[in-house]
Amino acid sequence: MVERYVLSIDQGTTSTRCILFDHRGRLVSVAQREHQQHFPRPGWVEHDALEIWRNLERIVPQALSSAEIAADEVAAIGIANQRETTVLWDPSTGVPLGRAIVWQDTRTAPLVERLRKDPGDEFFLDRCCLPPSTYFSAPRIRWLFDEVPGLEQRARDGELLFGTMETWLIWNLTGGVDGGLHITDATNASRTMLMNIHSLTWDQDLLDFFGVPRAMLPEIHASAENYGAARTILPGVRITAALGDQQAALFGQTCFSPGDAKCTYGTGSFLLLNTGSKMIRSRHGLLSTVAYKIDDQPAVYALEGSIAVTGSLVQWFRDRLGLISSAPEIETLALTVEDNGGCYIVPAFSGLFAPHWRSDARGVIVGLTSYITKGHLARAVLEATGWQTREVVDAMNADSSIGLKELKVDGGMTADNLLMQFIADVLDVPVVRPMVAETVSLGAAYAAGLASGYWPDLKVLRNNWHRAGQWLPDMDPGRREAEYENWQRAVERSIGWIRQPGAP
Amino acid sequence: MAGPLQSIERAAAILRLLAGGPRRLGLGEVAASLGLAKGTAHGILRTLQHVDFVEQDPATGKYQLGAALLHLGTSYLDVNELRSRSINWADALAARSGEAVRLGTPLEGQVLVVHHVFRPDDSLQTLDVGALLPLHASSLGKILLAYGAAPLEPLLKEELEAYTRHTLAVPEDLSRALAEVREQGWAAEVQEMSMGEAGVAAPIRSSGGLVVGAIGLSGPVERICDTRGRPQASLVTLLREAARAISRDLGAARW
Ligand SMILES: Nc1ncnc2c1ncn2[C@@H]1O[C@H](COP(=O)(O)OP(=O)(O)O)[C@@H](O)[C@H]1O
Repeated sequence: MVERYVLSIDQGTTSTRCILFDHRGRLVSVAQREHQQHFPRPGWVEHDALEIWRNLERIVPQALSSAEIAADEVAAIGIANQRETTVLWDPSTGVPLGRAIVWQDTRTAPLVERLRKDPGDEFFLDRCCLPPSTYFSAPRIRWLFDEVPGLEQRARDGELLFGTMETWLIWNLTGGVDGGLHITDATNASRTMLMNIHSLTWDQDLLDFFGVPRAMLPEIHASAENYGAARTILPGVRITAALGDQQAALFGQTCFSPGDAKCTYGTGSFLLLNTGSKMIRSRHGLLSTVAYKIDDQPAVYALEGSIAVTGSLVQWFRDRLGLISSAPEIETLALTVEDNGGCYIVPAFSGLFAPHWRSDARGVIVGLTSYITKGHLARAVLEATGWQTREVVDAMNADSSIGLKELKVDGGMTADNLLMQFIADVLDVPVVRPMVAETVSLGAAYAAGLASGYWPDLKVLRNNWHRAGQWLPDMDPGRREAEYENWQRAVERSIGWIRQPGAP
Repeated sequence: MAGPLQSIERAAAILRLLAGGPRRLGLGEVAASLGLAKGTAHGILRTLQHVDFVEQDPATGKYQLGAALLHLGTSYLDVNELRSRSINWADALAARSGEAVRLGTPLEGQVLVVHHVFRPDDSLQTLDVGALLPLHASSLGKILLAYGAAPLEPLLKEELEAYTRHTLAVPEDLSRALAEVREQGWAAEVQEMSMGEAGVAAPIRSSGGLVVGAIGLSGPVERICDTRGRPQASLVTLLREAARAISRDLGAARW
C-alpha cells in the first residue's frame, strides 16, 4: 500500500475545505464548500451542523478525485476548525438540538456582563485563564440550559452531547450513533472556559459554576495523536490531529520554539506567540491558550492577542465610504500620498479589545485638516492595522521575557505590500510571508502527519517552510516613536465615547 | 493654445465609421467614406490597431473596432489587485519550479515589478517590488511589448541599450524576437540583462484577452536553461499553466 498524502479538513466560519498535501508540504488538491450563515436575530449567528457534515461528505471525495488519489493513498486525516462554536446533539439519533451557536454570536452578552461582576474575572482567570466573553462555549451552554426547558435534565441523563466543530465531525466520522468517538483536543478545550489550563482536564469548579454535567463533555486528547480510524467517508484512514484554526496556523507556520509568532491578517487578525511549555498568565489583557500538545509530550502554550477590526476596516472604506472599488485598491490610493498627513483612524467599531478592553470606546478619525485627501485616509486605514499589531506585540513583550524577533504572517492582507512594510517598520522586526498561504490547513496536516509517522519530527516540517517574501524594518526610530505617540493619543480620544446608561 | 490635431480628428471619424456600420470595412471603403487618401487612412488605422482600438481580420484584411476599445474604462486593472489575485498562483509556481517568480506591468517605457516571490531555498533575497526593468532586455518586458501592453514604437527609433553582449539592442532583432514570442506564447531572456542570469515569462490576460501584465521565472542560466541554452520545457509548462490560471481568474475566458 502506498501512503502518500495527508488530508486536511479546515472547518471554517464561512466554508469547509479539504486540502491534500504531499511530503514536501505542497498543496496537491483543494475542494471547498460554503455553508449558510443564519442570523435569526440581531447579534445572533448560527450554523447548521448537519449541513456542515454533509458538505464534508461531498468535498473529501472531490478533493481525492480531482487529484486522482485513492483513499488508501491517504496517510492520515487532520482537522482544524473554527473555535468556540457550540453544538449539542442527541447521541441516539445524531440529530443536533437546534443550530450551532457561532463564536461571533453575542447573545450571551448580558450573562457575560454579570459574570464579570460576580464572581469576577479572577475566578475564571485562575482556572481557565480566560476572562468571561461572548466568544467562549460555556456561557452558551448555560444560556441554552436557561432558555430551553428540560435541556439541562437531558444533559444530566446522558441524552445530550456537547462539542465544538472538530468534536462533531470526529464523532460522525468514527461511526456517529454507532459508537462514534466523543473527543476534543486541548486547544479547542482551552477555549470553552471549562478546561483547567494547567491540568488540561475539565475543571470541577467551572463545571459546577456553569452547571455543565461532565457526562455531556468530550474526552480531552492531545492535538496530535492517533484518535482512531474513520468508519465512513474514508473508512480505515486514521484521524490523527485536531486543532483550533489559529493554533493550526501557528503550527503550519512552524512556530515550534518559544518566541516564534505568527499573525493571520484577515477580516480580523490573530497574533499568537509560542511561550513554550510555560503557561504565561497575561497581565496586559492577552489570552493564554494551549498552542498544541503532541502525544504524551508536555503541552505547548501561547499568548494570543486578537484584533477585531483590520481587513474589515478596508471593507468599510470600500463598501460604506465607497472610496475604492476593491480591497487591494486601498494600497494604490495610499500610495498617492507620501504619509498620513497627520491623520489617524482608530477603528473601535464596537469598543477597544486587546490590550485595552474598553467597551465604551468608539471609532474616531483625528487630525483632520483641509489638507487631508482620501489618500491620507487610505494610509490611516492601513496604518491602523500596523499600530494595533504594535500594541498587541508590546503587551506580549511585557508579559513574556522572550521578545519578538520576527513576525510570520498569512491571510488576505499579506498581499498588501505597503501594509507589510509598515508593520515591519512599526514593530522594528522582519515580517516574513511563507510560500504556502493555507497555513491553517497545513498546520492540521502537519500535526496529523507527525502523529501518524508520515513526517518524522518537527525539524523536517521546519525544513518544508519556505520564505516567499520578507519585509525589513526601515523607519527612522525617532519617527516611529513620534508616530506611535500620535496613535496612542488618538486611542485616548476614542475612549469613553459611549456614556453609561443614566449618566448625564 | 494649439488648434485641434487633424490626425486625431480623423482617427475619431474612423472609429465612428467602424462603430456605425454592421460589417467590417476595407481600407478603400474607409478612405472613400471619409474622403481621405488611402495612405493617410492606412497610417491612422495602423496606429489605432497598435493601441488595440481597431482589429484587422487576418483573412480579408478588413477592419473592425478592437476589443480594448470595447472594454475601455472597465478593463483597467489595478496593479495591487493584480498582485492580490495572483499571489496564490505565484506562490505555487515558485514552490513547484523552485525558482523566483515576478509579475510585471508596464510603466512609462519600463517594466514595473508588482510582485516578487523568493526562490524557495531560504537564501538571502530582497523584495524587488517597485523595481523597474528594461522592456527590451527582460522576458517580462518582451511579453508586454509583444502583446501591445507597452508601446513598441519608441524603442524602434534607435539602437537600444546593451546590458550584455546578448541584449537585443538592434530594433530589427527585437521586432523579430517579439514576432517569435507571439508565435510561441512565451518569452525568454538568456543572459540579456545580466550575464549568468536567465528568465522566461508568459502573458497574463484579463477579460477580452487583453494582456495586462506578465509573469516570469528567473534564476541562474544553468538552472533555467538546458545544455543547449534553451529554457527548460518543464519550467515553461509550469509557467504557462500559472499564467493561464491567473488569466482565468481575471476573467479571460479563452485562456
Ligand atoms: N490588498 C489588500 N490590502 C488590504 N486589505 C486587503 C487586501 N486584500 C484583502 N484585504 C482584506 O483582507 C480580508 C480578506 O482576507 P482573508 O484572509 O480572506 O479573510 P477571512 O479569512 O477573515 O475571510 C478582507 O477584509 C479584505 O478587506
